Amino acid sequence: MRAGPIASTLARLYGTRGWVSLGLCALLLFVLVPLGNLVTPADSAVHISTYWVTLIGKIMCYAMVALAMDLIWGYCGILSLGHGLFFALGGYAMGMYLMRQIGREGQYKMDMPDFMVFLDWKEFPWQWWNSDQFWWAMLLVIAVPALLAFVFGFFAFRSRIKGVYFSIITQALTYAAMLLFFRNETGFGGNNGFTDFKRIAGIAITTPQTRVALFAITGAALIATLLLARYIVTSKLGRILAAIRDAESRVMFCGYNTVNYKLFIWTLSAVICGIAGALYVPQVGIINPGEMSPANSIEIAIWVAVGGRGTLVGAIVGAGVVNGAKSFFTQAAPEYWLYVLGLLFIAVTLFMPRGIVGLYAQLRDKWTGRAVA
Amino acid sequence: MKGPGFIRPREAEGAVQAALSSRQKVKMRIVSILLLLMIALLARPAAAFDANAVSALVFGDGEEQVAAIAALVADGDARAAKVLEALAQGELKSSGKRILIVRGGTATDALSGEVLPAVPADSEEIIANNRLRRELAGGIAALKLVSPDRNTRLAAAKELSGGADAAMLPLVTKALDREGDPAIKAMLEMIVAAMEIKSSDRELRFAAIRRLASSGSRETKTLLLGVLEKKDGAWVETDADLRAEAEKSLRAVEGKLVWGERVGLAFAGISLGSILLLAALGLAITYGLMGVINMAHGELIMIGAYTTYFVQNLFKLHAPGAFDWYLLCAVPPAFIVAACVGMLLERGVIRFLYGRPLETLLATWGISLVLIQAVRTVFGAQNVQVENPAWMSGGVEILSNVVLPYSRIVIVAFVAVVLVCMWLLLTHTRLGLFVRGVTQNRAMASCVGVPTGRVDTMAFGLGCGIAGLAGCALSQIGNVGPDLGQSYIVDSFMVVVLGGVGQLAGTVYAALGLGFANKLLESWSGAVLAKIVVLAFIIIFIQKRPQGLFALKGRSVET
Repeated sequence: MRAGPIASTLARLYGTRGWVSLGLCALLLFVLVPLGNLVTPADSAVHISTYWVTLIGKIMCYAMVALAMDLIWGYCGILSLGHGLFFALGGYAMGMYLMRQIGREGQYKMDMPDFMVFLDWKEFPWQWWNSDQFWWAMLLVIAVPALLAFVFGFFAFRSRIKGVYFSIITQALTYAAMLLFFRNETGFGGNNGFTDFKRIAGIAITTPQTRVALFAITGAALIATLLLARYIVTSKLGRILAAIRDAESRVMFCGYNTVNYKLFIWTLSAVICGIAGALYVPQVGIINPGEMSPANSIEIAIWVAVGGRGTLVGAIVGAGVVNGAKSFFTQAAPEYWLYVLGLLFIAVTLFMPRGIVGLYAQLRDKWTGRAVA
Repeated sequence: MKGPGFIRPREAEGAVQAALSSRQKVKMRIVSILLLLMIALLARPAAAFDANAVSALVFGDGEEQVAAIAALVADGDARAAKVLEALAQGELKSSGKRILIVRGGTATDALSGEVLPAVPADSEEIIANNRLRRELAGGIAALKLVSPDRNTRLAAAKELSGGADAAMLPLVTKALDREGDPAIKAMLEMIVAAMEIKSSDRELRFAAIRRLASSGSRETKTLLLGVLEKKDGAWVETDADLRAEAEKSLRAVEGKLVWGERVGLAFAGISLGSILLLAALGLAITYGLMGVINMAHGELIMIGAYTTYFVQNLFKLHAPGAFDWYLLCAVPPAFIVAACVGMLLERGVIRFLYGRPLETLLATWGISLVLIQAVRTVFGAQNVQVENPAWMSGGVEILSNVVLPYSRIVIVAFVAVVLVCMWLLLTHTRLGLFVRGVTQNRAMASCVGVPTGRVDTMAFGLGCGIAGLAGCALSQIGNVGPDLGQSYIVDSFMVVVLGGVGQLAGTVYAALGLGFANKLLESWSGAVLAKIVVLAFIIIFIQKRPQGLFALKGRSVET
């Protein structure tokens, strides 16, 4: 009897084909990549170099952000241009812990992080309280984005700020935060941010084993996020969100308090971003206020738009395609990357409203539509 | 006791010098300095050109040269000024015992004024080291105080008010007696007071401190603060009465300075506000009136700035004589180029996205990226040099500590003109009528025969053209680079959002208000924090009044 509801939930999330492909992905992430990186010799054809492990790990973090963005934009119609802020906040919370883990191995061989020694600070500012505890860092990763998103969202949604207004205000929010974090006085390393990490939870951070472990954790987090998002959008809550997206006034007239629904999904989305940021920082090895720049946040929107809004897989595909193209172009032809990205923005909005995932359906509709007419 | 390296080898005296013991050398040097000082003091009332001082300046060692400069300055003779300037310029040369000023291939005897037929082959340049150069600069400024030209005297007085050597006191007093111009006279009085405050005569110091009270410059404040300085908990100045007097004067000076600061702050606020307004005006049309989110607005500002740069280069190449007028000639092209780019965008991209604001936002962001990279490809990623025309450099001095730069004044005036033109265009022309009509009710406007598509294009072009004008103006006060627009986009959106959509008056108030608020906070908390506080304020304000300061009332709000 107990298996019943679980089975039906699983069946609600994905069909057999979906679960099988998800299982294949999990196999790839948790077995094949670790084997390819750690076991096979470096010159063999199936060897996966550490560069690829890091790159894919990074892109999976971005894919989590894209999922978060898709939840609020694709399903609830709220375009946030400040999601980079939550991502960076999660990263900074993790970065604080990683900075404390450096111990006395910094440039100055002191107990304090290098930038504090450089600024001649004698003790930790209040933001760093308890930052050497791993559980505290994990708590901050979730609590800080959640709190900021909740407070900001509460006031914004209560005042019925929506659409473009909301987008512009979130952009101003991340811009203000970037300016704040650029200051040395804020206590987070100014424009250099945090870098030079040595170990995480006592384990050296640059060994291949740690990298693969982080990679696998990120993969697990991504799959968990996907399932959670899928769970939400297939639930009644998800339908109300879609209804808010399509006709908010009508939902209100039906007696729903839309503020609560929007606030929930907005805060959840921020938390997912924070977790993604926390996974991103140890893999990439640096976090600085540049992550909060408005340009970064707006790029997140294009990942989702390229993949296909309102389809969770689309968000992941979009993040993968755009970031894959980015790392290809920034190496092969850096001067053309902005052209590509810019034209991508224009082309996707003009010609591919359903993104890559919806391209087949779009072409089919067009073709059959023309055939009928 | 060996002098520093600037002493010229004196071959003629070499043999004699070698015969003397080092102690004798020291004695001789001290005696000669004393002698020179005496000569300097004696020479002052006579105001005669002191040949001995000139030769000491040329042939003496470090101390003697400094003393000689003091002596020449005390002279106040025009010929002395020439010698000092020649030394500063590296034109003073010696040939044997003669002292020559060599300028442009002709040699003049510095003492007699006789022009030599040719520059002697054995002439050697007198090298001045850093210390000497400092002394020279002060000395030359002091000598200029007695020049017949008013502007020279004013410049010299300004230089000296930054800090003058006490040895120049006699000359400055003399210049003060002779001075007829009240402005320069006031400055000189302050200089004299600044010198006298350091003298040893108690009465003189009292008088000086009292006189300083009528000044309103920062230098005076530091000077008075110097009297009130404390070292290790004890007063440096032991005379309590003097300190009390200095405190009184200090308060008077600070009172005047505060006024200057207020005026300066107000102007800075107006200036920043006008820049924000200029950057946001175009946006007020495209976003406020048409409802199009144009994230590429900043890049259109950048295009205007680059057009100005291009026109400037054309003038440099083909009409260097008329260079001062390039800016005026750059205004129409900046408008036209940006307007054309804007209309192209509207026809090519934005037209298909009307009614889908979020998509418009993303597409225009893409456009902005392409434009940035295009400018990088054409002009390079580095900032380019846009020079101010001569009539824009400098400024008006309102109070001693407030200088309003001409460039800022010109921009404030320019913004006012643009604003008036735009208002006239929107309220008194057919296009303006159409734009307002389409804004209020697109369908109805279309029904009564307004060509809405063309009006959209024209209005968008107008907004972008004004962005181009903004770029033209901003090129005069900031860096011009591919990223120019990015730094203005958030600010200008804030102005429009705060002012309220669809309202020009709101935009004006919001821009000026933000400018003032920013500058006011800046004076308390620094630039970055001020910006953060202002952004936070806007975010909170929008919560309270989502429609901005001046909300449109009526049905158009609903859309």
